[in-house]
This record gives sequence, C-alpha cells and structure tokens, in this order.
Amino acid sequence: MTAGAACAKPSPEQNWLPILERATQEVFEIMLGCQVKPAEPAAPKPKGGFTAIVGLAGALCGVVTLCCAPQTAGQIAKGMLGDTADSEREVVDALGEMCNMIAGNFKNKLAGTDERCVLSVPSVVSGGEYSLHSMADGHSVELVLLFENAPVAVCLQLKR
Amino acid sequence: MDKIRALIVDDSSVMRKIVERSLRQAGIDLDKVVEASNGAEALVALQNNVVDLILCDINMPVMDGLEFVRQVHTVDSAKDVPIVMITTEGSESHVVQALTAGARGYIRKPFTPDQVKEHVLPLLGKKS
Repeated sequence: MTAGAACAKPSPEQNWLPILERATQEVFEIMLGCQVKPAEPAAPKPKGGFTAIVGLAGALCGVVTLCCAPQTAGQIAKGMLGDTADSEREVVDALGEMCNMIAGNFKNKLAGTDERCVLSVPSVVSGGEYSLHSMADGHSVELVLLFENAPVAVCLQLKR
Repeated sequence: MDKIRALIVDDSSVMRKIVERSLRQAGIDLDKVVEASNGAEALVALQNNVVDLILCDINMPVMDGLEFVRQVHTVDSAKDVPIVMITTEGSESHVVQALTAGARGYIRKPFTPDQVKEHVLPLLGKKS
C-alpha cells in the first residue's frame, strides 16, 4: 500500500452508504419486525409504484427517497398496521412515515450533524412517469434492499 | 389499572394507529383516544376533551409539537397532563427543548412497544 493510499480519506458517499443501510435496516426491523438485506448489484430496481420523499435542511441539505412497487408498499403498510391497512391513503401514509424514520435515523447517526439538520414532512409521488430534480444536486448514494423478495430503493442526494 | 383517556398528535394517521396499538400493548386500558394531526388541532381537541396522557410528534404542519407543548398550559384541564414526545428528531437540543417546554418523556422513532411502556407507565403512576 502506498503512503498516499494510506492517507486517502473515504469519500462522503463511501461513508454514508453503510450508515444509510444500517438506518434503513433498523427501521424495517423495529417497525415491521423483519430483516431487509441488500439486493445483488444486478438486481432490478423498483419501477413505478410509490416514491416517498423527505427533505433535509441545515448542516445536511438534500433529500432522502424511498421507492417501491405498489404491492410492496401495501405489504409495508400491512406490516406496520396489520390487516387493517387497506386504503391507498394508508399505504401512502405508511411509506411516507417509513421514509421519514429512515431519514431521521440516518441523520441521528451522524455525530454532530443531527443538532443542525431538520427534516421536512414527507411527500409521496405515485406512478413512475416523473423525474426528480433535486436542488441538492451533488453527492448521491443509493441502495436497493429486498423486502419479502421485492426491491426497495433508498436514495440520498446531498448538496455539495 | 384505571382507564386512560389519551390524546395522540401526529400528522400521520398510520403513526397515530401505531401509537395507540403500542399503548394497548403496554397494558394501558384505553377508555378514549382523541386524535389530532397537528398542534393547533390538538389545542382545540383539549378544549373539548379531558385527557390523562398526551403523546405528540414534533415535525407537523400548521403547529409543530414543541409549540404545542409551550401552549398546552393555556388549557386549564391539560396543565398537568403528562406529555411524551414521539418523534424522528433525535438530537439532544430537541430533547432539551421539549423537556424545557414541559414534556415529561421523549421517544425516538422508530420505537418499540416496550419503549412506549417504559416511558409512559411511570407517568401514569405504574411500574414499567
């Protein structure tokens, strides 16, 4: 190993990805009582369905998104509420709350950042025919996890 | 255990249901559950309902949970009602702000029913 390599700092993306993954896994474990594991790199990403969005402002400025197919979102809602979750409104609400908890759990794991960063209330987009243009165009990390064998994508975009 | 009247304040109806379920799982015998989706609605609800316990989110539209806690003393019947914050905001400054404003407990989301039991039962004079 060269001296240069030994001194190289990991990029923010490298630092954030495992924290985002752990934050997401904890939310699924605690709220749904199930473990989610990273999908294979070649695994397909969820298309269409629902995308929950939570904004970050302050020391961290950007967005966290949580995207999955409609059926998966329904299973997440049922995991949170039991069989009483049946309306699309509840499914959307549940996905927004999951994204909110992932974003909050993520920032709470960043020492010194949680004090100076606030979250927006969640928003949820339904359907896949859209493009998200975040003003926080900069660092971006994405992970795809498997929830009951279905892909769930979590993305963090932060302003440089 | 005496029957408890609870006010649950959260802009997410899903989260309000989960909090109510957690209270029942904690062994709390709920007589009545009043719901509000923000602090302003909660203040109105307190004008019309006497409750024994309040569980409140922080990040909500219209009036957030911290402002609600600051204003709750304006409702005579709610002055001494214990308030527990349940929120994704986990920073020490939020905890301090909430406790300084008058909250008696603080639970970070995601949370387990056991955490609700641990924080809420002592406020009702019960062992957790």
